[in-house]
Amino acid sequence: MIENRPVATLMAHLMLIFGIFIVAFPIYYTFIASTATSSAIIRPPISLLPGGHMTENYGESISGGVERVVGVSLERLLFNSFVVAIAIAVGKIIISFLSAFAIVFFRFPFRMGFFWMIFVTLMLPVEVRILPTYKVIVDLGLLNTYAGLTLPLMASATATFLFRQFFLTIPGEMVEAARIDNAGPFRFMKDILLPLSVTNIAALFVILFIYGWTQYLWPLLVTDRAEMNTIIIGLRRMVDFTDASTPWNYVMVTAILAIIPPVIVVVLMQRWFVKGLVETEK
Amino acid sequence: MQSVVFPNKILPYALVAPQIVLTVVFFFWPASQALYQSMMREDPFGLQSSFVGLANFSNILADENYLHALRVTVVFSLATALLSMGIALLLATAADTVVRGKGFYRTMMIIPYAVAPAVAGMLWLFMFNPAMGTFAYILRRNGIPWDPLLNGDQAMSLVVVAAAWKQISYNFLFFVAGLQAIPKSLLEAAAIDGARGARRFWTIVFPLLAPTTFFLLVINTVYAFFDTFGIIHSVTGGGPAKATETLVYKVYNDGFVNLNLGSSAAQSVVLMVIVIALTAFQFRFVERRVHYG
Repeated sequence: MIENRPVATLMAHLMLIFGIFIVAFPIYYTFIASTATSSAIIRPPISLLPGGHMTENYGESISGGVERVVGVSLERLLFNSFVVAIAIAVGKIIISFLSAFAIVFFRFPFRMGFFWMIFVTLMLPVEVRILPTYKVIVDLGLLNTYAGLTLPLMASATATFLFRQFFLTIPGEMVEAARIDNAGPFRFMKDILLPLSVTNIAALFVILFIYGWTQYLWPLLVTDRAEMNTIIIGLRRMVDFTDASTPWNYVMVTAILAIIPPVIVVVLMQRWFVKGLVETEK
Repeated sequence: MQSVVFPNKILPYALVAPQIVLTVVFFFWPASQALYQSMMREDPFGLQSSFVGLANFSNILADENYLHALRVTVVFSLATALLSMGIALLLATAADTVVRGKGFYRTMMIIPYAVAPAVAGMLWLFMFNPAMGTFAYILRRNGIPWDPLLNGDQAMSLVVVAAAWKQISYNFLFFVAGLQAIPKSLLEAAAIDGARGARRFWTIVFPLLAPTTFFLLVINTVYAFFDTFGIIHSVTGGGPAKATETLVYKVYNDGFVNLNLGSSAAQSVVLMVIVIALTAFQFRFVERRVHYG
């Protein structure tokens, strides 16, 4: 600390508390709404303290309330989101780990060609090529499948690039030592590379889990059957301001449940997440 | 470049294969299809298509709706980036001065990162939609005719606020990292010379943060261009009267709703060019020129 100025410190704390208020209030508002009755929600202003219908709302939403509205149970929506997020995170980590391993620790014709092929994908998010990618999925018969939901999102370069950067910092002596001890590439990968990469993998896992969980445009396109929707698409389909019969209490419960899992992942794995985020992007 | 390598000849191909296959099937093939289709025109039933060269491009560039979407996107991106970065910088400098509670503040600040853009949009919509939002109710009771479903400017401010809210976490973390990297000796020297907080900020901290700021500006623009589709789709649906129709939303709308494939593909290609330009700009310009450290 450069100067000890209690007033400035107090101001800083007040500012941060105000910041937390901005950040947390929309979620808190939705949480309160999820504990109120539907008729209380549509009659503003709603109270700023939780209503008494929490167990009732959450219980009913899970036991068929949501299913009556969008034709798919809340558990199924949550399950789909989990499958998609984990498949994208794990799949992307595995394929990028392998390709970075090949590009850094082997010499073979077209090595740099492959690297550039992967690198170019860094630049183009799925949003700019939605129609043709959608067509590919239709042609492959992958509509409404987990493969269709996840495979196109695994084809991107961020993770490969991160692993490559990290592998390049591993001293050549280590590889040499492994080779002298007669370790083959797989042995080297399992006993040396993998343990060294644990923090990178953890960081990537958080970032990719969130990436998978928060997908919107892609799941919207490739799932037209309700039981394959992710929770975010399910939530979107429930929200209808023109329909007087929209069960707002179930909507709020679904919104809260769509927020909680990724928040838990980020908060619990915060240390790796922050390190990974700041280092991968820079 | 690793100097020591394994001698295998076939194995590396097997190792890169999964990624290359995915990249070719879901990236190069669709991208080339987009290029091809952007030069074709299909009849409305999709039965025939004919080569029209660059006509789709000249059509969209002459199309008032497209130019309108371009303007909307620029306004939306700039407003989102500036609002979010401004708040994040303010909070990051505050977090840099406090000692107690730092961890707690950071934990709270990263929460919006985990919220899906579409859900972030809905959270703000719950508070501000005219039918049931408490804040809409308060605004109206105070005589402000608040209705984002009819008023384009209000709809725009709602999506900007939701998009900026979601992005605060990201900007906050990067500004905190940027602030930590500033050598304390510089600030101490300035303090000894009698420069107070605000002056130190503008003459030392802010210039030294320039690389972070430029980096975030590019990232936030890309975010506002692409990742906010969910916010716009779930909050305004591009309306009212196309007031919040961004370029990505228009690609989706023309391709999947209006089924105008040629135009949608041409728009995709324009978007690709924009992203490539932004990324190249970031790599070339930002990384090299704006470097004081």
